[in-house]
Amino acid sequence: MSNLFDLLVAGLATGAIYALVAVGFTLLWQTSQTINFAQGEFVMLPAFLMLAAMHVGAPLWLAIILGILLSMILLGLAFKLLLVDPMMRHGVLPLAIATMALAIGIKEAVKQFFSAEASPFPSIVPTGDISILGHAVSLQSIGVLVVAILAVVGLTTLLNRTSLGHQMQAAAQNPTVARIIGVPVERMILLTFLINAFLVALASLLITPIYLAKFSSGEVLGQAAFIAAIVGGFNQVRGAIAGGLLIGVLDNLAASYVSTQYRAAVPLIFLIVVILFRPQGLLGRAEERTL
Amino acid sequence: MSGFGTPLKIALGLAVIAALIIVPMNFNRYGLFILSQWAVMTIAAMGLNLTLGYAGQVSLAQGAFVGIGAYAAAIMTTHGWPLPAAIVVAIALSFVVGWVLGYPALRVQHHYLAFVTLAFSTLAFLVFRNESWLTGGIYGISNIPRPHIFGLATNKPLPFYYVCLGSLAIVSLAVWWLIRSPWGRAFMALRENPLRAQSLGIDTRRYTLMAFAIGSALGGVAGALYAPLTQYIDPVPFNLSLSLDLLMMVIVGGAGFYFGPFLGAMIAVLLPEWLRFTEGYYLMLYAVAVMLLLIWSPTGILGILDRTMAARRTKAASALRAVAKSRMETVQ
Repeated sequence: MSNLFDLLVAGLATGAIYALVAVGFTLLWQTSQTINFAQGEFVMLPAFLMLAAMHVGAPLWLAIILGILLSMILLGLAFKLLLVDPMMRHGVLPLAIATMALAIGIKEAVKQFFSAEASPFPSIVPTGDISILGHAVSLQSIGVLVVAILAVVGLTTLLNRTSLGHQMQAAAQNPTVARIIGVPVERMILLTFLINAFLVALASLLITPIYLAKFSSGEVLGQAAFIAAIVGGFNQVRGAIAGGLLIGVLDNLAASYVSTQYRAAVPLIFLIVVILFRPQGLLGRAEERTL
Repeated sequence: MSGFGTPLKIALGLAVIAALIIVPMNFNRYGLFILSQWAVMTIAAMGLNLTLGYAGQVSLAQGAFVGIGAYAAAIMTTHGWPLPAAIVVAIALSFVVGWVLGYPALRVQHHYLAFVTLAFSTLAFLVFRNESWLTGGIYGISNIPRPHIFGLATNKPLPFYYVCLGSLAIVSLAVWWLIRSPWGRAFMALRENPLRAQSLGIDTRRYTLMAFAIGSALGGVAGALYAPLTQYIDPVPFNLSLSLDLLMMVIVGGAGFYFGPFLGAMIAVLLPEWLRFTEGYYLMLYAVAVMLLLIWSPTGILGILDRTMAARRTKAASALRAVAKSRMETVQ
């Protein structure tokens, strides 16, 4: 049982990171019909921005702030203005393909300008274990969970409790009517892109100390986030959170109970089953917004 | 592509075919390899163009079918079977698996379908990597023989390039015929308006599965040629990136245009080679080029051509109308 408990905690910690990435992914889909195939690379890049800032002499806290700000400028503002805006009216597929090209571009740029090797990344949480109910739990897992939960609670409060959040939801659900009643739809869409950039930067900060900073690490992460988003429900923020946690736990359980060779297959098969029998996702609503 | 006169089009086509046969004769080994790769990838992209461009079904699994075809050919030819037999098996296998993969398309569409096929693609990769008794696992299969065609050995790069080019010609003709047949029209009806297609008596269920199966079968053909081309295969080339690359080829060339895959594969295979002088930057430049192209023309390169032609036709037509109108006025 001790083993199972450890697996669950580790799974929830990874899952919380997947959830952050998946939430950003669904936000972009809801407000601008962007399927961001570069989402994994979006998580990979901020760690390198922070490493670069530290390389030129910034202390860790400053590097983190700079990294998050730069991510919001590059992955939020620039991504929206330079790629999404010119392509949004052309439909879902060309934009999705363009983000695939963007993923290649980011990966190659990091490989070229930083390093093709994996670099260690300092942890913001002290390493070590503490004892909970007689189990040794790593502080890192707890730190990741706490930060991720804070971020998710902050986001849902923003979306559900504030006027700004209601405007964002209106812009996502029915842009035409939202515009009529005076919601600045364009600004709301931009805001979701900035939020997505913030979330991926946060995810980057949490996951890179565990898996190292490497140019190719976005592939696995991106796929985990897609699966989480779809399994949970593509049109729901809470669906993406549930999906992320579920995939994280499933991933960790599969790693120890299924052969290591087919570990990666478990979430994929789960994904196929969910899409075939409950395409709206476990928590999703059946109806989908139409443009 | 309309807008040229028909004789001009035929002359242009013949010139391109002649160039593809004659020009590579004094290419070096590497140049011939790249050109053969172009031919093979064009076949795979044509298959995806049928599924996506004509029938409107998004698939992120074409790379997996190239893998299935490649492994079928590699396993059979290293056990002494001739390549044509292996190609037949590759086609049959990809067709059946493609048919089965089509079933989710009956239930879900668009991005959901994209993700089902994406998951399939990764699952296929895991099978290639893990079932070492069959596929050699991460060590792959080496010493894949090249075929004898009509008693001629094709071990050298130039003869094998002609094998690839010949196969491309056969596939091109078959696809040309297919999209002009009632089936091709049914595929397009499926893409444009599935509901209306159904109300007109088209069995949308069967044609959706067919679109997947035929497109996948062409992926299998490409794979069956890829194995003897590289003479060594391991799972890495058939991962998700290949499926994404093939999708990019189709969209960049122009989805739903007959010549789209030819151009798309040319850009995906040749452009990185031309940019090789930029050393580490070439994939980055390629990525930027693809994004700029899609911003400029989301319907791909042939979309630009198509719009230009359409604009010219409209201009010509309105000029004709103006002339006709002024004549009418002079008559009156």
